[in-house]
Amino acid sequence: MSVDLEKILRPVDTPMAPYVPKYMLLASGEAVVVRPVERDEIPDILKHVEPLLHVERDYYDVVGARLYSELLAHYRHRYQDQYVLAVQIDGELAAVVNGRQVNPKLGMSLHTVALRRGLRVGAHAFAAKMEYHFDELGHDEVLVVAESPIGFRRWMIEYKLEKRFEVPHELGGVPSWALTRELFDAARSSLVVGRRPVPPELLDKAMDKILPPSDPPTPALDPLSATRSKYDPTATALMVERWAMERAEEASKDA
Amino acid sequence: MRDVYVAGIGITTFTRLEFALSEIASYASMMALKDAGVSEVDQVYVANMGAPRVNHQTALASAVVDSLSLTPAGAAAIENGPASGGSALKAGFQAVASGMEDVVLVAGVERMREVNNLEATDFVATLTHPIAEYIYGVTLPAHAAMFTRLYMDKYGVTERHLAMVGVKNQNAALNNEWAHLQQEITLEGILDSPEAMTNNPYVAEPLRFFDACPVSDGGAAVVLVSKEKALELGRPLIRLSGVGQATDTHAVHERVEPTDLLAVRKAAADAFEMAGLTPEDVDVAELHDAFTILEIAESEEVGFFPRGEGHLALERGDTALGGKIPINVGGGLKGRGHPVGATGVAQAWEIVTQLRGDGGARQVEDAKVGFTCNFGGFGNNVVCLTFVRED
Repeated sequence: MSVDLEKILRPVDTPMAPYVPKYMLLASGEAVVVRPVERDEIPDILKHVEPLLHVERDYYDVVGARLYSELLAHYRHRYQDQYVLAVQIDGELAAVVNGRQVNPKLGMSLHTVALRRGLRVGAHAFAAKMEYHFDELGHDEVLVVAESPIGFRRWMIEYKLEKRFEVPHELGGVPSWALTRELFDAARSSLVVGRRPVPPELLDKAMDKILPPSDPPTPALDPLSATRSKYDPTATALMVERWAMERAEEASKDA
Repeated sequence: MRDVYVAGIGITTFTRLEFALSEIASYASMMALKDAGVSEVDQVYVANMGAPRVNHQTALASAVVDSLSLTPAGAAAIENGPASGGSALKAGFQAVASGMEDVVLVAGVERMREVNNLEATDFVATLTHPIAEYIYGVTLPAHAAMFTRLYMDKYGVTERHLAMVGVKNQNAALNNEWAHLQQEITLEGILDSPEAMTNNPYVAEPLRFFDACPVSDGGAAVVLVSKEKALELGRPLIRLSGVGQATDTHAVHERVEPTDLLAVRKAAADAFEMAGLTPEDVDVAELHDAFTILEIAESEEVGFFPRGEGHLALERGDTALGGKIPINVGGGLKGRGHPVGATGVAQAWEIVTQLRGDGGARQVEDAKVGFTCNFGGFGNNVVCLTFVRED
């Protein structure tokens, strides 16, 4: 008797209400569109997430690796009830957020990754995700974790999340916190923005193609120095090393 | 008193730097020494506010001089709050002008992002009056907010004026590769759109997020020399022609009129008097815009505009690049960033860059006279400097 293992391994997604796209203006005056990502678009996002695995600052490497695996698992039907939203500026990928439905009353936030920094893009993306959980999926609360101090400030502190340390989160390693409907409603006026419907030209541009981020996070400058500075507060050895490098450069120019 | 010249300048990127504090200072210093063409100095002054508290390091100047292999030069750290940089420049000026030293390296450095925002804010707040202000939770944003409210009531300054300063300076930083903030902002995005209150929330009403400078790490350095040495080095002759420093009451509430920045007024007047200049002679200025209101207020106190008319000059575009008196064309503290101990030196770096004609896209045409105002405390310790290009 033959068994189709794929039928066993592939999760059956629960039907979920669609996310209705919205747009907003950033501090730069640029319009940003938040829209749902279809499964067949995932490879277009993966190639822009992969470089983050090598960015050893602000936990981009950890978050990038986890997000990559979540998106890949979603694409290859190995993650149940996941949704993905893309945040785009003029087609350019500015942020990616994802989450899942645990049951009809409970949501789970997975990741929020900003590829354009300094304009609250990540904060707007997170707010859009939570808006989806409460307003479209009808969840009573959403479990949230953070890997980075920036995330902790943005979610746990700004939204005043409640502790749910006794509830395990799929991401592991950190305790769960919860955004309840009451807390979300309290934050709506100050943290949640966006306009609907999205003007057709903006939406068409976003849907047409996911363009690469123009200014993505990059690895920290001189990681050797970052390591050494902990043990060599005067950095004398490093300066000598740098001078030697400069001399070598000068010599090569002269040659 | 001998004439004093700036022979070399150097700076690091202002951002979050994963380097040791002394290394940040050393990197800027190496650039300045290389720019000046000197390898030996008589004296090193290092301006810094927070090393013992934030970075757990004391005797910073000793570390810097050793990092740079400049021993046995004299070395001392100078802590004078956010006016540390200006104060170190004044000390360097005195050392050369008096004839005691011929070559003095003045570096300014701060690494504030080693701690989180709350700790950084608290560290800066330690400059307030310990009994009358600090213990009640006053922070610099709170001080600036109260000052702004009074200024608005008295002179008709609005939140739009504040936002205009923020947009002008943050966008000016786009022309400065060393500046911390490299993001364009617009009035629509931070003030007029439905999303503006979320993009730009109140930090301490009426001041909003984009009214405040960022918390930055960074270093800057200049080499001060005697005229004889300057001629020998052959660098452009930029003379540090005027130095003024003044103080005011430690607790702001003790001032007769809190909107009067008397220390700014006196420090500027003294610098201009020493230099034999007037505010009308200035081609380019660096004012201490830790908060947007301060650029407006200081532009009046130093004499560029009549009292209460700084915001009107802003409206006319007088303070923009190409205006009557361009202010903070390199981004100021708002756009370049504000590593507190480095700021006064970074202001000098920008002015010397301008007077040399090396400003690139932000160059003020034919700039010959420059001015800096380094504002310490909440206006209780201020250093103003004038610089003149001698062709």
